[in-house]
Amino acid sequence: MMPARLQRTLLTLAGAAVAVLLAVAISSVAILAAEASPITALEAMFDFGDTQAQVATAVAFILNRAVPLFIAGLAVAIGFRMNLFNIGIEGQYRIAAIVAAFVGSQFVLPGPIQITLIVVVAMLVGGLYALIPAVLKVTRGVNEVISTIMLNYIAINLAAFLVRGPFTGEREAGQLTTSTPQLPESAWFPNLNFLFEMFGLPAPRGGLWGFLTVAILVGVIIWVVLERTRFGFELKASGLNASAALASGVNPKRMVISAMVLSGAIAGLIGMPEILGRTHAYGSNFTAGLGFLGIAVALLGRNKPVGIAVAALLFGFLDRAAAPLQFADIPPSVIAIIQGTIVLLVVIANEITSRMSMRQEERRAARQLDTTSQAQAEVAA
Amino acid sequence: MLRSRFGKMAMATTAGAMLMAAAACGGGSGDSGASTETQGASSEAPKAAGLKIGLAFDVGGRGDKSFNDSAYAGLERAQKELGAEIKDLSPAADGSNRGDLLRQLANAGYNPIIGVGFAYGEDIKAAATEYPDIQFAVVDSASNAPNVTGLLFAEEQGSYLAGVAAADKSKSSHLGFVGGVENDLIKKFQAGFEAGAKSVKSDIKIDVKYLTPDGDFSGFKAPDKGKIAAEKMYQDGADIVYHASGDSGLGVFQAAAAAGKQAIGVDSDQYETVKEADLKKVIMTSMIKRVDVGVFEFIKAFQGGAKGGSNTVYDLKVDGVGLSTSGGFIDDVAAKVDEAKKKIVDGSVTVPAKP
Repeated sequence: MMPARLQRTLLTLAGAAVAVLLAVAISSVAILAAEASPITALEAMFDFGDTQAQVATAVAFILNRAVPLFIAGLAVAIGFRMNLFNIGIEGQYRIAAIVAAFVGSQFVLPGPIQITLIVVVAMLVGGLYALIPAVLKVTRGVNEVISTIMLNYIAINLAAFLVRGPFTGEREAGQLTTSTPQLPESAWFPNLNFLFEMFGLPAPRGGLWGFLTVAILVGVIIWVVLERTRFGFELKASGLNASAALASGVNPKRMVISAMVLSGAIAGLIGMPEILGRTHAYGSNFTAGLGFLGIAVALLGRNKPVGIAVAALLFGFLDRAAAPLQFADIPPSVIAIIQGTIVLLVVIANEITSRMSMRQEERRAARQLDTTSQAQAEVAA
Repeated sequence: MLRSRFGKMAMATTAGAMLMAAAACGGGSGDSGASTETQGASSEAPKAAGLKIGLAFDVGGRGDKSFNDSAYAGLERAQKELGAEIKDLSPAADGSNRGDLLRQLANAGYNPIIGVGFAYGEDIKAAATEYPDIQFAVVDSASNAPNVTGLLFAEEQGSYLAGVAAADKSKSSHLGFVGGVENDLIKKFQAGFEAGAKSVKSDIKIDVKYLTPDGDFSGFKAPDKGKIAAEKMYQDGADIVYHASGDSGLGVFQAAAAAGKQAIGVDSDQYETVKEADLKKVIMTSMIKRVDVGVFEFIKAFQGGAKGGSNTVYDLKVDGVGLSTSGGFIDDVAAKVDEAKKKIVDGSVTVPAKP
């Protein structure tokens, strides 16, 4: 007989696969409604270009897009683990990004120190900004969903004010976008183009952001913290049953504060790949909305680091298809439809598979109970 | 210890991702619609004189009945009159793939490539450095590389005329201005409008409202916010509101129709582009920004062998900006508007670009 754990994993994977296939089928209807062929659309999505350079660029685009989504998913998942809905990731990463970009532009130190300092500042600012709703929740009982949404508006407007006012850098004549001063070259995260060269591929245009390595490291650390430490266990316990956790000695207030601050600190990293790898400044064109996408990615990844990584890569893959789809005369909104249906269906599939495995577990327990009581009856006889 | 283990893991992950990618591309390349199209085009290139024009829109994309559509009109004209092959791409809602769109156009052999909107400034610069043999143009942003042409417009001059017309038509001596996003571009509209209105009545009252702060581009596609802002102005006594807010302008027109007052459109002749009859009749005039002319003239100049590295400014002198007269609402003040235009063209009036 299959071990229960393996069976559960297989069931989950099967559920996810069915959900993705169903999503593709539903999206095909949308594509047909837009008077295009779903086959052409699929071909366009998998068409990475004719030359090796184009393939390398496409792969780098997917990874570059997946990295911030992965970090955002992690940040969301930490809160979700204990039923704490940190909707404020959006504001936390924007405010962290602009402060870190500005602070980083004010001094020049050797590369590793400079980059570490910028990253630490970003995590500090993100964590501190998340501390506000956490304190409100433990002291005044303010629902964190409401307070974090409100704090998003404050952060977005504050960042917009800072980039125009106190934190603004020089801009070229005739340039309308504003940004913080450029980071010194020591703060530019080295890219990972050598990986492509190792495989005999030409370096991608734009480069593969080196922050990928930090993201993987953070993913591993978060996995260890969530699955292999007392903190992670207490987090999960508070989420599953708060009163039981309290009864067994978990301080709920401490848990809310530490989970929220950790979530905010990770959120602070979301903007780093772009700032350290490409723009080297926080500008008015800075990618917005990653915090909200992170919620979808975390849901898709079932709040587990590996799942989140797969979900982020899937989103990156779909987002890359925006241009090739348009070359094939298919509206790019199809991608948003696919992403939406996948998230919805995966959530439904998760619910179904978890109910199925729960029922199996019950049956197995009942069977075991049966055999033991039979044995006892025989002994008694 | 951790470092080396981590390094291996990083490599394994990337390798896995790339393997997946390689497998995926093996299945899809060759017979996809996009690649055959490009190959077909290059083999029969002589017919179209090899002119393949790529255009990347700003957030909002085609169908905004305003700025982006105007750019597309110029592209279409190039297709008809110059026999060019054209391709237009829209970015993702968060604008995160602007640079990728330009690269994809360049890889597919498009030359010249046009970025529509000031947000393309930095991405065009990066793309122009990567593809030095391709000519680029960017609308609303200055040239920042030797193969980039900046297509700039004197919005403040056109807005000045809108201000003159509005002040002449206003009965309450009270106007309004709704800006989409509070950045230096939209401030040019505000500055010109205020200067024009004050040149007619120095004590005229002008309410100013921006929908979103700089950096938050949602103000260009938030008709609900535009409506609320304009409603407030009409309630406070303004009788004409000028909007420079892209899609959000629709809300301004709705507020004007509800209040029985008037509004001024922007970029395109919105009396023609807005479909609803009840909204049409509130559009007194529109400040037209001839992005279509800018795009078409750039393509023509490119065909003639022109190289980038400089800016082309479309002002009143070359009719790059102006006022529309559809609907006949401003026919009675046409003389005054023409006089103001003459003064700007001959240089006796200089319009400020900052409020």
